[in-house]
Amino acid sequence: MTSDSALSVSDLSIRFGGVVAVDHVTLDIPTGARLALIGPNGAGKTTFVNLLTGALRPSSGEIKIGGKDVTSLDTRARTKLGLSRTFQINTLFPKLTPFEAVCLAIAERDDLAGIWWRRLAGFREVRDEAEDLLRQLKLIEQSRIPTYELAYGKQRLLEIALALASKPRVLLLDEPAAGIPAGESREIFAVVDALPDDISVLFIEHDMQLVFRFAKRIVVLTAGTILAQGRPDEIKRDEHVRAAYLGGAHV
Amino acid sequence: MNRIRLSARQLLALEISFWVAFAACYVIFPDRLYLLTQILIAGLFAASLDIALGYAGILTLGHAVFFGLGAYGTGILAKSGWGEPISALPLAFIGCGIVGYGLSFLIVRAAELTQLMVTIAVVAIFEEIANQATGITGGSDGLQGILIWPIFNVFPFDLRGRTGFIYTYLIVLGLFLLVRRMLQSPYGLALQGIHDNRKRMQALGSPVGGRLRFAYAVSAAVAGVSGALLMQTTEFVGLDAFSIDRSAMVLIILVLGGAGRLYGGMVGAVVYMILRDLLADLSPEYWMFWIGLFLMFIVMVGSGGILGGLSRLVRVEKP
Repeated sequence: MTSDSALSVSDLSIRFGGVVAVDHVTLDIPTGARLALIGPNGAGKTTFVNLLTGALRPSSGEIKIGGKDVTSLDTRARTKLGLSRTFQINTLFPKLTPFEAVCLAIAERDDLAGIWWRRLAGFREVRDEAEDLLRQLKLIEQSRIPTYELAYGKQRLLEIALALASKPRVLLLDEPAAGIPAGESREIFAVVDALPDDISVLFIEHDMQLVFRFAKRIVVLTAGTILAQGRPDEIKRDEHVRAAYLGGAHV
Repeated sequence: MNRIRLSARQLLALEISFWVAFAACYVIFPDRLYLLTQILIAGLFAASLDIALGYAGILTLGHAVFFGLGAYGTGILAKSGWGEPISALPLAFIGCGIVGYGLSFLIVRAAELTQLMVTIAVVAIFEEIANQATGITGGSDGLQGILIWPIFNVFPFDLRGRTGFIYTYLIVLGLFLLVRRMLQSPYGLALQGIHDNRKRMQALGSPVGGRLRFAYAVSAAVAGVSGALLMQTTEFVGLDAFSIDRSAMVLIILVLGGAGRLYGGMVGAVVYMILRDLLADLSPEYWMFWIGLFLMFIVMVGSGGILGGLSRLVRVEKP
């Protein structure tokens, strides 16, 4: 793989009993990518993300972050190497405020979260960075109320904020706009679109309008294997994709 | 429902009033200093359990292990010639902290029911050791003839319990401030995060197991000091220090006050101990029945104990 490959997998497979959920997938995500991973339900998209983060161990294959083999490393080590994710279903801290949650994510990133003898209030840099990030994601007005009281759309933004707080080089977004009305999902993707170019983004998304608008490259996964990959216009024209996934409909 | 708003400053004022009021009891109830000292010790013990249960989410019915170790350890030390009280406390703290850290490897990774089983088993083993090692522990007669030296060699532990109360009050307050600081630190936030959503903490790269083991060790250390305080103020340790009864009582006190709230243990201890004292006076034969009835009432009225109930009326503004 080339040196500007942010994340690459080769021949990655995972079996659950008799089912092969991800089947010999080879994929390279270059630095600065805006890659959409699409495919029908049960195609193995979320399983693939779980393999990348280390939540699941592959049956075979290899995963590299920035050229470094991380296949045997755990989630923590991969996070330290710059891999970060969001969840399809909100995986937040309901009782913490967004401000506390982002401070916590930053503290874990900087290895400050083991410090028990100093008050959090004394960590000026952490607090300032958290405020900046919350401002950037338009969460600053809600930053001091408990997360469970937040509107659903704001909770989806907080999902991304927590992932961004670890300053990732590779960001994996698992249906960032899941459950959000079409009009509001643009707000979520506007945030993704505004990310700096040195962050590589892989996102799973079902809304094809969003996919074709925000992805620079699309990978189609069906039954655990890559059916096709290419630029959005190539994928739109691809006969196999139309037949297997887009159902021949106009997109 | 409109909730009463409390700023962080007002909350601090409440905390200070609590401790001032407790200190004032020294003057107001000079005849009840023994009970007040017991309340402080039970409150500290319950607060130690809260670190493990309320904050780290570790189910335990064996916290008396550390209470008993602190009590017996410092008691045996005093019997063998070192009855200086203040220096015994860091020993109890560190000793129980180390034992707690060792046990945490068994307990933190286990599933909840397994945690209960392991903690009950450990406390039963220690109780039996204390029962059998008669030469060292006095067996079922308990550790008798302990002599605690005067504090700074000036203030002896008097029969009315004045020295005992002031000494216990200061130590408990000091440890409370330490625990309070810990809960306000980045580490305290990480503990809340683990309790709130372990999956996300793992995704953030948090070493969740290590964080929980440390919490269990601190919890054990503080429990050890509370045991040592009981031994020093009563100059006696019995087998009940290691009993499952004591583990269950501290759990009841914590649940009554409200787990995961720093002051839950202390409030629970105040209510439980005073109630027990009153009921034992009013109805010496049936006080356990009334206590049971009261506890059932509290649980039925609302989850989260006394402080949990109050927190639904109050909203604390976060800085």
